[in-house]
Amino acid sequence: MFARGIKRKCFDGEEDIEGTLAGFKSVPSYNLQRQSLLDMSLVKLQLCHMLVEPNLCRSVLIANTVRQIQEEMTQDGTWQVINAQNTGQASLDRLVSSDILCRSTKEQGEGKLVPSYSSFSKDFEDIQSQDIISDLSTVASVQAPRNPQSNVWEMENPQENRGNFQKSLDQIFETLENKNPNSVEDLFSDVDNSYYDLDTVLTGMMSNTKMGHCDVLESFSSQTTTNSNSNCKSDINELDHIVEILVES
Amino acid sequence: MIPGIGNLTQDTLWCFSQVKGTIDIGVTEADIISTVEFNHTGELLATGDKGGRVVIFQREQESKNQLHRRGEYNVYSTFQSHEPEFDYLKSLEIEEKINKIRWLPQQNAAYFLLSTNDKTVKLWKVSERDKRPEGYNLKDEDGRLRDPATITTLRVPVLRPMDLMVEATPRRVFANAHTYHINSISVNSDYETYMSADDLRINLWNFEITNQSFNIVDIKPANMEELTEVITAAEFHPLHCNTFVYSSSKGTIRLCDMRASALCDRHTKFFEEPEDPSNRSFFSEIISSISDVKFSHSGRYIMTRDYLTVKVWDLNMENRPIETYQVHDYLRSKLCSLYENDCIFDKFECVWNGSDSVIMTGSYNNFFRMFDRNTKRDVTLEASRENSKPRAILKPRKVCVGGKRRKDEISVDSLDFSKKILHTAWHPSENIIAVAATNNLYIFQDKVN
Repeated sequence: MFARGIKRKCFDGEEDIEGTLAGFKSVPSYNLQRQSLLDMSLVKLQLCHMLVEPNLCRSVLIANTVRQIQEEMTQDGTWQVINAQNTGQASLDRLVSSDILCRSTKEQGEGKLVPSYSSFSKDFEDIQSQDIISDLSTVASVQAPRNPQSNVWEMENPQENRGNFQKSLDQIFETLENKNPNSVEDLFSDVDNSYYDLDTVLTGMMSNTKMGHCDVLESFSSQTTTNSNSNCKSDINELDHIVEILVES
Repeated sequence: MIPGIGNLTQDTLWCFSQVKGTIDIGVTEADIISTVEFNHTGELLATGDKGGRVVIFQREQESKNQLHRRGEYNVYSTFQSHEPEFDYLKSLEIEEKINKIRWLPQQNAAYFLLSTNDKTVKLWKVSERDKRPEGYNLKDEDGRLRDPATITTLRVPVLRPMDLMVEATPRRVFANAHTYHINSISVNSDYETYMSADDLRINLWNFEITNQSFNIVDIKPANMEELTEVITAAEFHPLHCNTFVYSSSKGTIRLCDMRASALCDRHTKFFEEPEDPSNRSFFSEIISSISDVKFSHSGRYIMTRDYLTVKVWDLNMENRPIETYQVHDYLRSKLCSLYENDCIFDKFECVWNGSDSVIMTGSYNNFFRMFDRNTKRDVTLEASRENSKPRAILKPRKVCVGGKRRKDEISVDSLDFSKKILHTAWHPSENIIAVAATNNLYIFQDKVN
């Protein structure tokens, strides 16, 4: 479980910072901390997909927190609308190590952390929107809970020196690109692929319990048409498998 | 602290009595205790664990030889209540973890309890057998049928004593009524019905009928994307069989009257404390989420537990609680870390003592807290193996918030957040408490003079 003693201090004095802010929030670290909280929350929402149905209460509370941050950022004007096409790679920047929380603003290259959450924000407003799926498939596939999970949590490990932000980013790219298609398929062959799309994940945790067998088939079919990576084939096979089971029963 | 019953004004001294469970450093996940409950007389103490097992302890009769020792609890029955299941439609496992156990009042020689996992509630009958019939005519002692042609005389079977056997049998299985995870069950004071609550719905059951239940609360929005609030706990009023309460993740409590309508979506009373603007943060909503709600034995008050406090509400006053107790306010400045490691989502329970004068709840580092409502004094105690000598008096613990740490104090940064006391129980009439610390069950009693 968790080591004794929680050393993190940053953001924990948040109430003080909030009190001194007026209007635009001139203290840069507040934005940084808020951004980090947003990142952390989104990671939590995605990682909550495991074999057992995720805790709905926890998911709802995290989602409410994300909404709250998003609203505040919208009011501040820090929520920039960026072309969704460009966020494929850049969105990975947003998987900021939670170490950022404790980093001083001097160490940060401010330019790297320009918020570009338009694609994520659209999710919350229009989760069923199909055109988001392909944009996010690159991001979402990183969140596959099996193997890359260790990478994500490694990022948040305070023991290692994460001063080099680029290094952690490289690790993610490595995971994605160095895996040949076959091994990825094997890795995920027995896991439900529909959970790897961000919006399905977000919808899924809210509404997977309402899916009748028709909805399950629908979500699988939407997977096969929009999923651009090599898991397409396994999706179709799984779809056939599901249909077989349903028809036989 | 004023004891549960009695007029002594000195503080209660709590002593170690027993501990159940292994001392192994590597804890098997299945052994983690997930619920603790005394029955209505306090004679039996039930625990449920993550492996789906129920263990019932029975208090031994106090012997005249050992005047200084109160009755100890020994294992009475162990059975597997729930098994892991797999939902093939959603490709999800259904955990066998026992979320709650509730006893029924005893009406005959057998004991009855309800146990539930995320999806299915079961009614178990626990009965003793200490005699068995011998001397049947048509079958011999092994049970094999005898050839009627060989029977020349008739005899009357007699009951002969045998070693005590405690059997647990599932009498009813209430399944397939919950889409979401069951968080609470509560037996009604009419002893004929009970309710089960999941994240979005509450169902009313009759004990005799397993294939039907009435839905009495439904907060599921038509569009699940609009979901912002879930049900976190629910309980029937101890005396009025038409009244129940349920709490939410937004820190509100609703009291409903089943006489008003079949579907109690419109509450009769709505309890909510206005938010303190000076304490507002991104974590405000999460820490306001109520993890447990309990009626007092008198039925006049309800107690709620959120992440940092325990509150007592008067049923007649909806706009704010009448008492608020800080459980571990030193965590308020650590909320971000606790959010990161998910501890902020821990669901602590709370309990009343028999006379409703003292309330108890758990914390981290195997600490638990008691608050005396009359004297306004509180104490922090620890459930640990170090304090496990028989009748050893528990020493109050103190958490040092900042500055100079005194000798016996522990600093906030040294707290072990993996050791959490989520489940506790208080004997209905005596000062005996059961505290679940991961896979160990501690029993403490007040000092007997």
